[in-house]
Amino acid sequence: MDAIKILDAKGLACPMPIVKTKKAMNELEVGQVLEIHTTDKGAINDLTAWSKAGGHELLKHEEQNDVLMFWIKKG
Amino acid sequence: MTVNSMTTQEITKKVMNQEELFILDVRNESDFHDWKIEGKNFDYLNVPYFDLLDGVEEIMDKIPAGKEVLVVCAKEGSSIMIAEMLSDEGRTVSYLKGGMKAWSEHLEPIKVGDLKDGGAIYQFVRIGKGCLSYMVVSNGEAAIIDSTRMTDVYLEFAKSIDVNVTHVFDTHLHADHISGGRVIANKTNATYWLPPKDATEVIFDYKPLESGSNVTIGNTTINIHALYSPGHTIGSTSFVVDEKFLLSGDILFIDSIGRPDLAGMAEDWVKDLRESLYERYKDLSMDLIVLPAHFMIIDELNEDGSVSEKLGTLFERNHGLNIEDENEFRKLVSENLPPQPNAYQEIRQTNMGIITPDDEKQREMEIGPNRCAVR
Repeated sequence: MDAIKILDAKGLACPMPIVKTKKAMNELEVGQVLEIHTTDKGAINDLTAWSKAGGHELLKHEEQNDVLMFWIKKG
Repeated sequence: MTVNSMTTQEITKKVMNQEELFILDVRNESDFHDWKIEGKNFDYLNVPYFDLLDGVEEIMDKIPAGKEVLVVCAKEGSSIMIAEMLSDEGRTVSYLKGGMKAWSEHLEPIKVGDLKDGGAIYQFVRIGKGCLSYMVVSNGEAAIIDSTRMTDVYLEFAKSIDVNVTHVFDTHLHADHISGGRVIANKTNATYWLPPKDATEVIFDYKPLESGSNVTIGNTTINIHALYSPGHTIGSTSFVVDEKFLLSGDILFIDSIGRPDLAGMAEDWVKDLRESLYERYKDLSMDLIVLPAHFMIIDELNEDGSVSEKLGTLFERNHGLNIEDENEFRKLVSENLPPQPNAYQEIRQTNMGIITPDDEKQREMEIGPNRCAVR
């Protein structure tokens, strides 16, 4: 699960984490993985739903010291 | 076109006046289905903001041009973005200032009755979450019952009507919201009362509220008579105030009754709940005005936005008070229960003083409806 790119969205409030994720995702090839770091708790539900709607695969998410980390594979 | 901000207070007015409003809720679908702004004449469209990042053209025909439009999200950021996009399309719209977080915290004080000696009782309607708390006022003194964590609202209200808070009560250990009781008691040097059976694990000092305790507010006798009425929790206590008002806590609501499972003891407490409702409450005067600690649906609001009903009327109309068969009653309150309130275990621990989450965390824990009832 090697991410090709890491997006640092820490400290940004909704909707910026998703706006930036979408932008970063546009630059990836299908099958590549984007790693996202955010401190916005709402991102858990929103990134999950956004990934699903966009045909991407949310591989996993975890929390480390209040930072939420997501790995999303472009579909 | 312009983007306006609408405050929780303005929306509360619309709910209470049963005005029309078109709500474009841009949170994700699960959050919307879980909990939204309820109004008798409100219409809704739910499209997550992340589906609208490329533009709002696709939903324009679903947003009525002749209606007032409010865009809603969790904290306000996304709703401002979408409201601006709608504005670029030529619409005048508003966004909810502070988002659903602010909606969850809004308290509307409403006077619900006069006391014999000239005092009054106020209900604080937490319109977004369905929590009800109370202030009993008499002769310069005030008691607060089941306060929320927005303690400043009560303290400022007390100041505005020139009364000192002398007693603070919780009818039970709450599982759906964080009590402000201890904070208020600390700030005002008031006595903090808790039912001891709910407080076996609390780590702070309190005064045990036993059945039959009479507490006097003000110089004249406004008795708050405690009535042990277990079932929602093992300690649940009701109050009869001024021989006129029954503060029923989470035992009896207008259109539903308390659920016995939030402390993990559904089966054990079913009997207590039934006894409290069908025996202890039945022995009370049917003229008492029931003031519960929650409402679940907007239909439970009276015309002035308050929530109250005569005990006799509830014994006629509330389904939960009219189940003859004990087994059927047990099934209703212990099977197929609605989901539990968000973070209810952590909320209980916070109310016991075992954990002390920061403000932001507390706000998040309380997201969603109260879910303390069964219908």
